[in-house]
Amino acid sequence: MILRVEGLDLFYGDAQALGGVSIDAEEGELIAIVGANGAGKSSLIRTIAGIERPRAGHIFYRNSDITGLPSYRICNLGIGQVAEGRQIFPSLTVEENREMGALLPRARAKMAETMREVFATFPRLKERRGQLAGTMSGGEQQMLAIGRCLRGRPELIMLDEPSLGLAPTLVQDLFRTVRTLNERGLTVLLVEQNVVASLKLAKRAYVLENGAIVMRGTGAELIADDRVRQAYLGVETSGRKSPHG
Amino acid sequence: MIPLLTDGVPRRGLKLLAAFSVALLAAPLVASDYLLTVLILVLYFAYVGQAWNIMMGFAGQLSLGHALYVGLGAYAAAALYVHFGVGPWLGLWVAMASAAAAGATIGFLAFRFGVGGVYFAILTIAFAEFARIGFDHWSWLGGSAGLFLPVANYGGNDILTLRGSPTMFYYVMLAMTASAFVLCHVLLRSRIGYYWLAIRESADAAQALGIDIFRCKMVAVVVSAAMTSLGGVLFAFYYNNLFPEQVFHISRSIELILGPIIGGIGTLVGPIVGAFLLTTLAETLSEIMRAVGIDLPGIKQVFYGFCLLGVVMFLPDGVWPPLGRWLGLGREEGDRGSGEGKR
Repeated sequence: MILRVEGLDLFYGDAQALGGVSIDAEEGELIAIVGANGAGKSSLIRTIAGIERPRAGHIFYRNSDITGLPSYRICNLGIGQVAEGRQIFPSLTVEENREMGALLPRARAKMAETMREVFATFPRLKERRGQLAGTMSGGEQQMLAIGRCLRGRPELIMLDEPSLGLAPTLVQDLFRTVRTLNERGLTVLLVEQNVVASLKLAKRAYVLENGAIVMRGTGAELIADDRVRQAYLGVETSGRKSPHG
Repeated sequence: MIPLLTDGVPRRGLKLLAAFSVALLAAPLVASDYLLTVLILVLYFAYVGQAWNIMMGFAGQLSLGHALYVGLGAYAAAALYVHFGVGPWLGLWVAMASAAAAGATIGFLAFRFGVGGVYFAILTIAFAEFARIGFDHWSWLGGSAGLFLPVANYGGNDILTLRGSPTMFYYVMLAMTASAFVLCHVLLRSRIGYYWLAIRESADAAQALGIDIFRCKMVAVVVSAAMTSLGGVLFAFYYNNLFPEQVFHISRSIELILGPIIGGIGTLVGPIVGAFLLTTLAETLSEIMRAVGIDLPGIKQVFYGFCLLGVVMFLPDGVWPPLGRWLGLGREEGDRGSGEGKR
């Protein structure tokens, strides 16, 4: 087991963001965490990444307790994070952005090798090296954010709403890329509001509501579940037929 | 070492830099005494502007209280000299240490407890004001009556005690400005330089990338403070008198940051260009005013205000980025500005 989260409680002041959240991921799995806006998805990622400190609960990475470690140490253990909203550095070039990820201590020794891998996945990051990152399109910026994270040689990558604000065709490309990365052995924790696409992609998934896990199962199970269909897919279910047919 | 320094710098830029250096080295041979004092002022502002730029231009932390570090450096070295006869070359270490300690204290308080942006700037002002009021009442250092360095009987140039002619001060200041330029160039290409840029651009993204932002910001404050204090040491030995109301005053902090803002925040050349423009223009203005017999106190401040206004309106990235492009230098050399204006 690469990641195990047990009974995580997170508070922002008095407001509880996470209550008793437990999830786990096997090596090489693609796990999705779906839920509505404000359900606590980003909070969960930020807590695992060490940016927020939980009030209770534990986070284990490869069976060692990493709860409360500073974020830069967690990152250096191999937990990469692509934060919500494509957090690129707009007035630096694509190359400068990309290489920023490679400065992580764990990645320094294999810089050249990682670079080849990242270019193979995202050839555009090579072509556009001199361009200011802020002038790229939304889709390209997302690729840059992921490519930059990969330069740090993560073994577990957490993607926070990568499809946010992208055109539908780009979302498809993005999810294909995520699948490819996962097939190469990278463990992926995908947090999404795009429920259908991420449930189709994921081996297993969790549904987060009001800071608590309310459902879990394989992607296929959840996508067939009436409650999920009604709450997230806007599909009327057989149990409660609409009077208007 | 040399390839490390020149790596990636366009040849044209190197040639211009060489020509500029020769001109500066030769200046005392042709310059009048008055012009020399103006040039010393220019170099002083270029130096402290460069130091301030490390914090704001590189790491994105706005300090409006850099007079604190100038003052601490000035008072530390001056007090050691006046009271114990310790020369400035030893005193400067104490100066740097005290400024670094002050910077570390402010940085720790702010960064540990997540004070950022405007609130951080206010904190830096507050500490400079504490120092101003505190030193005003510290009689061992002369209090509000001022601390004076002995100026009598120096015939020749004594570099060891920094007693001498403006020409000597000019060359010392030039060496400091050149060293600061080289140091910043090296810092900007080092790992910590990249980390600073990341933090300046987006602290959240930097943290997500595994950068220890607390440590990086602390390094920026400490390095900037220590560098600034050396400017203070020279200030003390050049002017030979120190008054808390002057050295720690907020107008000093503002004056010090105008150069890099007008020259181009975050660029290597900006603080130098800005200092040249501002100081020479302001001095020319006051000379003209004097020549025509008009005495308007505060005219320099008004002039600074208009310069700032003009830059904010027409050159939001500062004078250097467009000037550098006009000179045919690419973005490579020292032009990693924050690009605030573009967004």
